[in-house]
Amino acid sequence: MPETATLTPEQPAHSDVPEQVLVFEDVGIYFEDHPVLQNVSFVVNRGETRILLGPAGVGKSVLLKMANGLLKPDTGRIMLFGQDIAKLTEDELLVLRRRVGMVFQESALFDSLDVEDNVAYRLEEENVSPEECTARVEEALRFVELEHTLQKFPSELSGGMRRRVAIARAIITKPDLLLYDSPTGGLDPITSTTIIELVVKQRDFYGTTAMLVTHRLQDAFVMATHHYDAEKKSMQPIADNGLDPNTSFLVLNDGKVVFDGTTHDLVHSDDPFLKEYLA
Amino acid sequence: MQEYTLLSVQAFGNLFRKPFYGADLITQSDSIGVGSLPIVILTGFFTGGVLALQSASTLAQFGAKAVTGELVSLSMIKELGPVLTGLMLTGRNASGMASELGSMKVSEQIDAMRALGTDPVKKLVTPRVIATIVMSFFLTIISDLVGIAGGGAVSISMLGLDASQYFHNAYQTLQYPDIIQGLLKPVFFGFIISTVGCFFGMNTTGGTRGVGKATTQAVVVASVCIIASDFIISRILIGIFGR
Repeated sequence: MPETATLTPEQPAHSDVPEQVLVFEDVGIYFEDHPVLQNVSFVVNRGETRILLGPAGVGKSVLLKMANGLLKPDTGRIMLFGQDIAKLTEDELLVLRRRVGMVFQESALFDSLDVEDNVAYRLEEENVSPEECTARVEEALRFVELEHTLQKFPSELSGGMRRRVAIARAIITKPDLLLYDSPTGGLDPITSTTIIELVVKQRDFYGTTAMLVTHRLQDAFVMATHHYDAEKKSMQPIADNGLDPNTSFLVLNDGKVVFDGTTHDLVHSDDPFLKEYLA
Repeated sequence: MQEYTLLSVQAFGNLFRKPFYGADLITQSDSIGVGSLPIVILTGFFTGGVLALQSASTLAQFGAKAVTGELVSLSMIKELGPVLTGLMLTGRNASGMASELGSMKVSEQIDAMRALGTDPVKKLVTPRVIATIVMSFFLTIISDLVGIAGGGAVSISMLGLDASQYFHNAYQTLQYPDIIQGLLKPVFFGFIISTVGCFFGMNTTGGTRGVGKATTQAVVVASVCIIASDFIISRILIGIFGR
């Protein structure tokens, strides 16, 4: 990865982040009477990075959208920053979502806006001055090493570049929670590693609480076994085959949570499904 | 129907809630109003012209060729101006709204907007509804004027009518109820075009095929609603004004 970003760890913008950032309690959701998720319960604590694994079509993206209040549960309760999202109005949810950065599966960049306006979208909504806007857009794009693409439109970017712009858009407001929906899906291995390196950099530098959906086991284990080295400005394996203590796993199967725990517990699990899935 | 009503109410309710997306309103007004001007002018002009051409031959049988201006003027202002403008705007803008919003829906851009803390109805639907209603009103006036001018051009150059007689008749026959009828319809039509277009766009499912389906449905439903509502509005206003 080329050296371009000047990193300065900062405190999250909101100092009132509760210990339990995201809580799912017996959550279920049905699409046309078909249960997609059932009795899903887990907690994402402050500073934790939770990797959500599972076969395709198991409801991982649905779960992530529910975490952000884009879909409401049919049963159970979801607490985001201590607030029950089912009890909030759409206006209240819009305000709450400003504390959350989300990277969508297909980037979901606004195709009628250029990269600069895409990344600055949230700031422009908040009427931030143009000077500050430009400075923060450049900072965010420097972080993802795309500062030269300001005037390009999403259609002019490669898949990997679009994901990186989506990450820049998600982190520009320094959110308290980051949700990544398959950020490496459909990308080649080299580009995937670049994206994962950015996610690890965000985790280790800013300590942002995050939840990442992936079906690529390789990406998940790279995240668990690597850290971002600020001096080398690249992702490096943790010494002595160590594991990142803030990274843990959640595995879904058939709409239910089949594993919730650390990397060590996951790889040593005797569960037949997990053994087959990880094989 | 329930969801359509909710979207319409929400779109209007947003007018009284901050933030106000003035730049989006101007962009949409430009796209819908200025962008539709050429087709509205062309449609209006040739409709007025053909109306004069067709009616003059029938009127001539009764020795009433001189009242061609009256007929063109009343037909354009009360019926053809609003309805044809509405149908042209449907073809151009309801389809555009459905396909644009539909593409945004299937590519998760609408969800991304919500995730970024923006109400998509307020940002995308409200400016389109307001811009379509306002622009539909002014485009109908232009269509009426151009239609009368088109009828005049045919009457004078091809039918040998006197210019001052044509325009005098066209003007003198009009009464306030005719004008009210002609200017009230585009307000309803603008509302129908924009809300139907946005509704189908915002509810698109099924990828690119779904976008095509939503676009077709928006044009068909809006066109039928315009013609059906034209009958209802005409009946009510004739009942009120007696003409």
